[in-house]
Amino acid sequence: MSTKGEFYQRDRLWHPPAYAKDYKTSVTRSPQYALISLQNSASEITGPTFGHRDIDPIDNDLISNYAQAGESPIGERIIVHGRVLDENGRPVPNTLVEIWQANAGGRYRHKKDTYLAPIDPNFGGCGRTLTDENGYYYFRTVKPGAYPWRNWVNDWRPAHIHVSVFGSGFAQRLITQMYFEGDPLVATCPIVNTIPDKAAINQLIAALDRNATIPLDTMAYKFDIVLRGRRSTLFENRLEGN
Amino acid sequence: MTQELNYLKESPSQTAGPYVHIGLAPGAAGFDIYRQELGWDIAGPNAKGERIRVEGIVIDGTGSPIKDVLLEAWQANSEGIYAHPEHPGEVEDGFRGWGRVITDFATGEWGFDTVKPGPVMGRNGRMMAPHINLWVVARGINVGLNTRIYFEDEVEANAADPVMNIIEWERRRATLIAKRTERDGQIVYRFDVKMQGEDETVFFDI
Repeated sequence: MSTKGEFYQRDRLWHPPAYAKDYKTSVTRSPQYALISLQNSASEITGPTFGHRDIDPIDNDLISNYAQAGESPIGERIIVHGRVLDENGRPVPNTLVEIWQANAGGRYRHKKDTYLAPIDPNFGGCGRTLTDENGYYYFRTVKPGAYPWRNWVNDWRPAHIHVSVFGSGFAQRLITQMYFEGDPLVATCPIVNTIPDKAAINQLIAALDRNATIPLDTMAYKFDIVLRGRRSTLFENRLEGN
Repeated sequence: MTQELNYLKESPSQTAGPYVHIGLAPGAAGFDIYRQELGWDIAGPNAKGERIRVEGIVIDGTGSPIKDVLLEAWQANSEGIYAHPEHPGEVEDGFRGWGRVITDFATGEWGFDTVKPGPVMGRNGRMMAPHINLWVVARGINVGLNTRIYFEDEVEANAADPVMNIIEWERRRATLIAKRTERDGQIVYRFDVKMQGEDETVFFDI
């Protein structure tokens, strides 16, 4: 009989390296020594769990979760939906997905953001939800705008939504960014290009999903998120040794 | 040619960026949106064991504090049990073992209150010394960094810890040990994270 075991090794050649010289902030924030590789123990296989008492149903609707009564934020109305899967293709149910983003003008509701595009009084810019039993999640929001940032003197971030996911164990913890199909800024972004493999970059570009669009109302993008898979322990020594 | 394995690939990581607070700690970004933010209460009111505070700073390669860091802690309770369905044993009602904290925008200092975890059974029946698992993200960090906080007053357990002992360079093990002090009657452990340099913190690929 097999039981759930350790997570598959993280493919560090698929992820960006810590040091990526064209993303300048990484230069002084990247460890210089090699990471110490650990086989998973209970500390890595376990992780926090969340339930419906932690969040509210409105939390996944960025069009209404900060808007004043009867108003809504400016911008293209979109649905972002998809599944959280593991590398075995199995759904990851009941896991917390949190997102944050700029408004349609490319401005964040953050006291440290000084970009001249205006704050939208009806847009907070964050949402959260739990995946269902099939690993499915969805948000409603407005499409974020591109914005300039200080790296090279004329760098612009492509439109993107930040995504945070937990999975079932702390070793699956992941933060990434979702980009949009057809955005010409993706190809030249130094943060996108910290990822060495083009196929890996493509994994972060959500496709326009006309089947999920609500006609005359809201467009949709599909974005599946993949977390590390878990090994089945077949003949190994039992992990806990008990 | 061979058969294809058809595994999916993990989504590649991207930096949490400078505005991570909007998503994970919106109050710190300057607005109130959720009924409750998550991760501010690690141990809950009923947890047994020693109440402690853990504090520190994250320092970049120039020796400067990083002021836009988000850290997440994951720990067992005082009896070495994780609040997770796959870990045998029960935790106290309200004990979550998980928390998140951000650094102060002006000073870079962070800190959280919890209980000191107990030793946790590790691989092959080898006991791990009490530790808090720490995950560090920020602008400029492309993949979240994993490290562990061990405790200065656990000399024997630390010396026998199977994870400590796979760190080949003994002097680097000291970077994982929080210093115990007392302030106004409260136990405070100090744990500074150094991204680079002579005393670079040990980070793990878990």
